[in-house]
Amino acid sequence: MELTPTTTTAPTAVQKTKTKPRSNRKHRSPVQLFFMYLLLFIVMCLMVGPFLWLLSTALKSGHENIFAYPPSFIPQDITLSNFAKVMETFPFWRYLFNSTLVAVITVLLNIILCSLAAYPLARMKFRGKNLIFLLIISTMMIPFQLVMIPIYILSLELGLQNTYAGVILPHATTAFGIFLMRQAFLTVPYELEESARMDGCNSFQIWWKIIMPLVRPSVVTLAIFTFVMSWSDFLWPLIILNDESMYTLPLGVNALAGNFSANWRLIAAGSVLSVLPIIIFFILMQRHFIDGAMKGAVKG
Amino acid sequence: MKRKPLTPYLFLVPACIILGAFIFYPLLQAVWMSFTDYNMISDPAFVGFENYKEIVEDDLFWKTLGQTFLYLIVVVPTLVILPIFLAILVNQKIKGIGFFRSAYYVPVVTSMVVVGITWKWVYADQGILNYLLESVGIIDGPVHWLTSPTSSIFAVMAVTVWKGLGYYMVIYLAGLQAIPSDLFEAADIDGANKWKQIFHITIPMLMPSIIIVTIMSSISAMKVFEEIYVMTGGGPLNSSKTLVFYIYQEAFEKLRMGYASAVGVILLLITLVLSIINLKVMSKKETAL
Repeated sequence: MELTPTTTTAPTAVQKTKTKPRSNRKHRSPVQLFFMYLLLFIVMCLMVGPFLWLLSTALKSGHENIFAYPPSFIPQDITLSNFAKVMETFPFWRYLFNSTLVAVITVLLNIILCSLAAYPLARMKFRGKNLIFLLIISTMMIPFQLVMIPIYILSLELGLQNTYAGVILPHATTAFGIFLMRQAFLTVPYELEESARMDGCNSFQIWWKIIMPLVRPSVVTLAIFTFVMSWSDFLWPLIILNDESMYTLPLGVNALAGNFSANWRLIAAGSVLSVLPIIIFFILMQRHFIDGAMKGAVKG
Repeated sequence: MKRKPLTPYLFLVPACIILGAFIFYPLLQAVWMSFTDYNMISDPAFVGFENYKEIVEDDLFWKTLGQTFLYLIVVVPTLVILPIFLAILVNQKIKGIGFFRSAYYVPVVTSMVVVGITWKWVYADQGILNYLLESVGIIDGPVHWLTSPTSSIFAVMAVTVWKGLGYYMVIYLAGLQAIPSDLFEAADIDGANKWKQIFHITIPMLMPSIIIVTIMSSISAMKVFEEIYVMTGGGPLNSSKTLVFYIYQEAFEKLRMGYASAVGVILLLITLVLSIINLKVMSKKETAL
């Protein structure tokens, strides 16, 4: 990103040192900069504001009217009591555990199964290769809502209702993941593979020990994508789970909103609690989120 | 040493088992079920085209189908165009831009259930949206965003768009950064202003990303479910119900599995036709440029 434009103007290097190192090809006047930041700030209010409004409601105490008109954005006296209260009825830790377990296993299965399938599709010649690849890609077109009815019936027959396996298995492989990993494998030079074969490695060892470590950035992309997808998945868990102790966070929040339909303080507190883990994860990993999504886009 | 001919298939087996068991087999079963009457209690009974006949005569089906198309017509162009400008905005190389990029991405990582609850609160009669619009004089008196049949579907659409913006913005950002910067430098020298540059360089060069976003956003617009489930439940008076929501209710509330499968098959056909049209139109546009 901090790419070449500055180096192409190398002859004026002396002048360059005088300007701030951050500035690049265009110099903006302070007025321009001001309006640019103003615009960026307004858009940020639109994108984050609704969440802050929810957070503000969650922090308002019982004697403050949350339906006051005009609404007050800053709580009169900030309290955490809504969070304490919602924790009594909303088994946050249990849901957090369920969500985390489901997401982590879904991610691991996707990394392994998608890379396994992508490896021969990228680097081997065999009969039916194109047909298999086409069939896999075509699954992206099939709406989950069409197949969920038979999957539900099948899951009941297999005894998967109210089990982690039932939530996870239908999402254990995605066509997107196979496609992403295949694109990554295509970029690895063949010489590496051949020399490993000379050393007596079999195909499986080459895949795991030589190729996989080389495509780590793509594995991270796939992991983050799958994690977010699994973490916020709603429709399938809603169908396959009816035992509340198995609920994931989105299901838990949905049930909370149903049980306390009038008490917006508690609903707000529960919602804020339920997004905290993913927001923290996002803040820690934001570079990977954005870079990963960009990479997925370029390859898609 | 020669590779064993079976090796590639061994690699493919686990993924194919999952895709086979949870997509291809259910797909065939769904097609078969669409010709049966099945309520999960008694065995499925073959009824031929009965379900399809009933669908064609069902006013609610046509209403939800119409609303699904309305969803497509409004949401897809918005999600194709708006994020381009957002991406241009966050592609500036100024201090703190990474912070803004991340902030715009927050709705993407938040689950739709929480997004739906958040917006339900924003849309409330005494909520912040009504207050803001009233204080600048756009409306007088609160609008019942989610509880009036004329506005509910548009209010839900706004949330779909809002949650998707950041995601498509990042796709465009990737596209933007792949455009060679000397194109803009040349345009600068020729005296082309910013808007001219956007329409004559940025947008044509972004065509591959635009195609991706069009396809992705139309497939996801066909599948809209969660925001409706959380915010309106399809109401009032079915005014915000889409095809997928209709399938869900027929299958899991009324247990009419055969009928719901038939609607699902129709949804699949629409999705396929749509994708083919998308690809055709887009590839024509691309060659025209």
